[in-house]
Amino acid sequence: MPENTFLGPSLALSAILFSLGVAGVLLRRNAIVLFMCVELMLNAVNLAFIALAQFHGAGGQIMVLFVMTVAAAEAAVGLAIILAIFRHTQSVDLQNINLLRG
Amino acid sequence: MHLTHMVWLAVALPVAGFLVNGALALWRPQAKTAVSVVGAGVLLAAFVVALGVFAGLSNDPSQAPVIVRLWSWLPVGRLKVDFAFQVDQLAAVMLLIVTGVSSLIHLFSIGYMREDPGYARYFSYLNLFVVFMLVLVLGSNFPVLFIGWEGVGLCSYLLIGFWFSDKVNADAGKKAFIMNRIGDFGFLVATFFIWRAFGNLDFAYVSEHAATTLAPGGAVVTAITLFLFLGCTGKSAQIPLYTWLPDAMAGPTPVSALIHAATMVTAGVYLVARTNVLFAMAPVSSAVVAGIGAVTALFAATIGLRQYDIKKVLAYSTVSQLGYMFLGAGTGAYASGIFHLATHAFFKALLFLGSGNVIHAMHQAYHATHSHEDAQDMRNMGGLRQYTPVTFWLMLIATLAIAGIPPFAGFFSKDEILAAAFARGADAPVYYVFYGMGVLAALLTAFYMARLMAMTFFGENRTGERERAHLHEAPWIMTGPLVVLGVLSVIGGAINLPPFIGGHAALEHWLEPVLEPGLRFSHLAMPTGSAEYVLVGAAVAIGVIGLWLGFRVTLGRSIPVARAAPPDRGFARVLSRKYYVDELYDALVVRPLVWLSRVVLWRGVDQRVVDGAAVNGAAVVSRLAGGGLRLLQTGQVGVYVVLFLVGAVWILRAVMR
Repeated sequence: MPENTFLGPSLALSAILFSLGVAGVLLRRNAIVLFMCVELMLNAVNLAFIALAQFHGAGGQIMVLFVMTVAAAEAAVGLAIILAIFRHTQSVDLQNINLLRG
Repeated sequence: MHLTHMVWLAVALPVAGFLVNGALALWRPQAKTAVSVVGAGVLLAAFVVALGVFAGLSNDPSQAPVIVRLWSWLPVGRLKVDFAFQVDQLAAVMLLIVTGVSSLIHLFSIGYMREDPGYARYFSYLNLFVVFMLVLVLGSNFPVLFIGWEGVGLCSYLLIGFWFSDKVNADAGKKAFIMNRIGDFGFLVATFFIWRAFGNLDFAYVSEHAATTLAPGGAVVTAITLFLFLGCTGKSAQIPLYTWLPDAMAGPTPVSALIHAATMVTAGVYLVARTNVLFAMAPVSSAVVAGIGAVTALFAATIGLRQYDIKKVLAYSTVSQLGYMFLGAGTGAYASGIFHLATHAFFKALLFLGSGNVIHAMHQAYHATHSHEDAQDMRNMGGLRQYTPVTFWLMLIATLAIAGIPPFAGFFSKDEILAAAFARGADAPVYYVFYGMGVLAALLTAFYMARLMAMTFFGENRTGERERAHLHEAPWIMTGPLVVLGVLSVIGGAINLPPFIGGHAALEHWLEPVLEPGLRFSHLAMPTGSAEYVLVGAAVAIGVIGLWLGFRVTLGRSIPVARAAPPDRGFARVLSRKYYVDELYDALVVRPLVWLSRVVLWRGVDQRVVDGAAVNGAAVVSRLAGGGLRLLQTGQVGVYVVLFLVGAVWILRAVMR
């Protein structure tokens, strides 16, 4: 097994991207931006899967394909929901969307 | 046909009658002809089958009981109970009495209930009663007998409250049912004891192994028999559970004749005879049985002296005569108890059906003139002899029978019981007291029966000027069965003629195989020779004196009609109010129970604890908790994300550690 000098940087990049995604989800109010941040987190995880795949067999790479598929489906459904919300309220600011308040 | 097939056929016939009549009652209540044919037909067929069973058994030289196992009912661990019937000499006698008397009473009912809108329902109940009564007498073990025992109680309840739109009748049914439940508790406890002692509940096993399993006179056998007898006091209306029987007269008169005189109420006597070996092994219990029987016989007879409702007199007379049967059974003269059971079934059914004819005539008369007088009150009767002559002569026969006048049926059976009690007095002097009570009760029996006959059939007619024209004898379908019962009341004593007038005690010998285990423990030396003649002479003299006094006292003064009658005073009032026993039970049992139920259980336990603390408390707790947790649901996505993140980190930490 060849010595992989990219492992450390790859995981570091993955961690940075993930943290950016989490920070974005926590701090932003715009639904589209929040959605993009979720995608960022997913892709950060994908990067970590790829980087580690060479130590643990092909499982990680297969998982990446699954994550991309699900992410595509999720994007389609999520964007449709956001669009429907926008048509209804003329806004995508999550501060205004609290219909589920108990 | 083989004996085993005839046994289940005897039960299956009334079952079929019940199903057909029940279906008719639901869908074709006006098809009265079909109901009559089915209702009485199945009983007549069952009687023919019973005759076949009797013949088959008497031709069997082995004299062994025939067991018919239908299916395995309760196979639980060591407990194995079959649904099985047992035909032996005792069961065969009961089978004949039950199907025979039932057939006659079904025929009578066709006439008596003709106008009733519940005709089909009535016959379906009556058929069902016969089913359970046959299960009771044919059951081969305690649980199967208990099915019949409970079933006849149910039918009794249904038929007492047959005209349930009147609250009094519904209450009488409830009273009968609840009183019987108290007795049934005793029966069940006795069954548990027997299971514990024997590990088997079959009659055959118990009577065969009792001598080796239980100690004679021991605590176990005494407890078993006393609890069994508690069951008998409920079903057979003995002190202290007798008060339901007089109230049971709320039902139709043929029901009073069949269930509350001839068959169901004698189930207790049958049970004592069936378990005779246990009672014979427990002299204390036997003395209790005889004592309760003697006291009940005397006590009920005194109440009967002062009743005005014709059916109430007969009801107390039934309680009193049942007391005689228990006096016989407790003395160890089980055959005499069964003998009196049989003759009593004849003459008491005759008396009740005769009173039914009288009530029928009175009711028709008052109905025709739209009068609202009491058709059952003897003070409104009088002189009915010329209006209902057939009924009069038949009831006179029954009166002579119950008063113990030879050669009528009741003389032989009652005399045998009294002689047995006298004979037992040689071993245990307390039986002399029981004998004395029995003799006194015999005097009172003759007296109140003479009073009943005098008030009903003799003297001036008090029904009313306009009503008198409408008094008529009942139709032949009602008098016919009475004639048969009348013949049986005359010659019924022949089934067990004592040796001193040339008989050979046929019934006693017939029952010997069943009663032998008990007789081994308590042999009874019946009086013979001059002692016997003195006893018999005394019994006859007492009957004659009682009748003479009864007629003389009753006819010696004018009787006011019920409406104008002054209230009784002094001891007569105590008697007509039945010693205030109902009031006593009401104050001691019913009221405290109602108070406990209402104040403690309803307002306290149910309303405060169950409704207040448990039900509403649970609601309050979940409402408060929900109100608090509701605040977490802000609807803001950001808050959810933060909480999610905190949770994820927390779980990660837990996993990493």
